[in-house]
Amino acid sequence: MAISDTVRHRGAADRLRDLLPKLVLSPSVALVGIFVYGFILFTLYLSFTDSRILPSFGWVGWQNYGFLFRIRAWDTALTNLVIFGTLYIVICCILGLLLAIFLDQRIRAEGFIRTIYLYPMALSFIVTGVAWKWFLDPGIGVEAVVRGWGFESFTFDWIKDSDMAIYTIVIAAVWQTSGFVMAMFLAGLRGIDSEMLRAAEIDGASTMALYRRIVIPQLRPAFMSAFVVLAHMAIKSYDLVIALTNGGPGTATEVPATFMYSYTFTRNQMGIGASSAVIMMLTIAAIIVPYLWSELREKK
Amino acid sequence: MPAPTANAVTAGTGEPSATGATRAGIHWPRVALYVILGLFCIYYLLPLYVMLVNSLKPLSEITAGGMMALPGEWTIAPWQSAWSTAQVGVEATGLRPYFINSLLMVVPAVAITTVIGALNGYVLTKWRFRGATLVFGLLLFGCFIPFQMVLIPMARMLGLMGIAGTVTGLVFVHMVYGIGFSTLYFRNYYAAFPDELVRAAQIDGAGFFTIFWRILLPSSGPIAVVCIIWLFTNIWNDFLFGASFSDFDSQPMTVALNNLVQSSTGVKEYNVHFAGAIMAALPTLFVYIVAGRYFVRGLMSGSVKG
Repeated sequence: MAISDTVRHRGAADRLRDLLPKLVLSPSVALVGIFVYGFILFTLYLSFTDSRILPSFGWVGWQNYGFLFRIRAWDTALTNLVIFGTLYIVICCILGLLLAIFLDQRIRAEGFIRTIYLYPMALSFIVTGVAWKWFLDPGIGVEAVVRGWGFESFTFDWIKDSDMAIYTIVIAAVWQTSGFVMAMFLAGLRGIDSEMLRAAEIDGASTMALYRRIVIPQLRPAFMSAFVVLAHMAIKSYDLVIALTNGGPGTATEVPATFMYSYTFTRNQMGIGASSAVIMMLTIAAIIVPYLWSELREKK
Repeated sequence: MPAPTANAVTAGTGEPSATGATRAGIHWPRVALYVILGLFCIYYLLPLYVMLVNSLKPLSEITAGGMMALPGEWTIAPWQSAWSTAQVGVEATGLRPYFINSLLMVVPAVAITTVIGALNGYVLTKWRFRGATLVFGLLLFGCFIPFQMVLIPMARMLGLMGIAGTVTGLVFVHMVYGIGFSTLYFRNYYAAFPDELVRAAQIDGAGFFTIFWRILLPSSGPIAVVCIIWLFTNIWNDFLFGASFSDFDSQPMTVALNNLVQSSTGVKEYNVHFAGAIMAALPTLFVYIVAGRYFVRGLMSGSVKG
């Protein structure tokens, strides 16, 4: 297929012409080589050193990793990631699928409704965080408003409650991304062969059976994409936590991303910060690499 | 993968007649469906409503428990304060300088990254070489890494390059980590472009850049829009790089907004915070409303590739 094959080597000018495409690509390769892969190796190396406020090269082996898993804040961060990640992915998928199926019923003004469902995706997590921070604040938000309506004993103070604060992050994150998941499922639904559906309908299958047996199984690729995108967003989530709870109350909503930042840049434990980054990296790689592999392979 | 469009094949099975319509013409399941969809519209719009109405009322109305109500007394004072006089960090400059920082950051970063992505996509599809897919995969993986992994060395590198704590530094960082996505868009788009046209031009003696300039670029409009919108939204909304690599005078809008909300000593001016939040949201929201179709397309091909 390659067009460069048709160009025969004839002299220096021609050779330059053959090299040109690779020359054009090379700055990108160099940049990514240094700033992605080089930096990954550098941080990996730092995670085995006694770096504190500045990088240092005193080798300490697995010591940082040993410390890391004995720090209570890291334990909290991992537990929170599991709670947040699971709820976030499951709720987004259920909500996204339901909304997609509802919207796929020849709805009038579908485009308009879709626009409304999807706009939060255009916002910064900081904006979302600010909006929900005050909306959920017991002093002025939902609690105060409902009490003002006469329900004096109404309480909704999760954002100030160490045990419940992580769920407020789920609430805000689901609000922001569920419309996007809806769009992915809707695109999946639109790709399903309508002949097959009509045939099943003629055979007398009920709407429920139709969806359970034919439609939802065919949405597997959409589920896969949604899972990969959401899991990767969950592991990376940093902005939303900072804006909504700033990791608090106390360290109740610490997640790996906030842990890494505070240990590296405010507590001056760079070695430990680097080791936490490595753990994040490995978790994401475990999800992304197989995904990219399968996507790129079938393309060839 | 195209954006979901209304005229695509519909898998919908909820035809009124199929599930038993009443003779009166009111079809209750259908009504329920619209009610549910309407309720979700309210759910998604509620935070925007809260931000908007509370940015237009005096603080006393919010603290008195009137967050959901329309302003009793309409005022634009919170907007003026958020824009030019509010205390952001140490100085009472409002958000204006930071809004400008974000613009100065986002425009060059988007422009450079898009051009690089177009050239890369062209090479990777029309001048394929052994290992092209591997190179592409390696470029693409760079978009997905947790950026915590590069914060420490990047901070040092920007220092060595002499652009630490500057808007230029942020432009550079966003360019480096945006290349993967811009390459992805153009590569997938150019892959569908007929090779025969390129080959014919080559036989006519057109060179590498001539082919790109005359043949591929003129038909790249749609994907360029997709790529520009995606990069614009991502870079404008970024917080992590902004928080890590900027000084007080080079902070982007998201970082300044967070400072405004978190660090306000004394009285919390919720109305000013909401006004600031809308300001930070306006550019991306505007782009979304004007070119939502392209935004969705970018989102989809960033995840459901094809």
